[in-house]
Amino acid sequence: MTTYRRITALAAIAAAGLAIITVPAAAQQRDPAYAAARANGSVGEKPDGYLGIVSTPTPALQRLVNDINIKRRAVYAEKAQVNNATLEEYALSSGCQAILRTVPGEKYQAPDGTWHTRTQAAPFRDPRCP
Amino acid sequence: MRSCRRVCAGMAMMGTGLLSGCVNVSAPSEPIVIELNINIRQEVIYRLAEDAASTIEENADIF
Repeated sequence: MTTYRRITALAAIAAAGLAIITVPAAAQQRDPAYAAARANGSVGEKPDGYLGIVSTPTPALQRLVNDINIKRRAVYAEKAQVNNATLEEYALSSGCQAILRTVPGEKYQAPDGTWHTRTQAAPFRDPRCP
Repeated sequence: MRSCRRVCAGMAMMGTGLLSGCVNVSAPSEPIVIELNINIRQEVIYRLAEDAASTIEENADIF
């Protein structure tokens, strides 16, 4: 019984340790190629919660944007379910926040579809955004 | 006075009934489509705002 308990305790500690290791690994920084594309304005944030190509699309840029958007969609789907919302609702709500978090110089898309460079001023967002 | 009111109301009802005749309700031939995308309500976005903000922070590599 004591041995069983000890094993259980050890397993719990191991599981907790794994969780600690996994969480910071998920919250990584942007890939250098993605960070560069944001900084030089070739990609920008769209109101629907996804990344868009601002300049002329190249295969490399398209791959980068698709890769990010597939990952975002997976996160939105999971979080939408937890919050009893639809994927589109969660994505749009995230778009509001993502545009708000752009830094001056980065690109974002206004509700009318035009691309803007973020300045110190508040960005043009969907009227439903908080 | 009270009975008059009731009678008057009855007469008015009869009048409208006679004038309009039968009311026909026909089903629309086209299916009713609810466009969900433009129907996202502001209160839903407000409710999700805080969670969406923390999701962006937790997934800093893709935002």
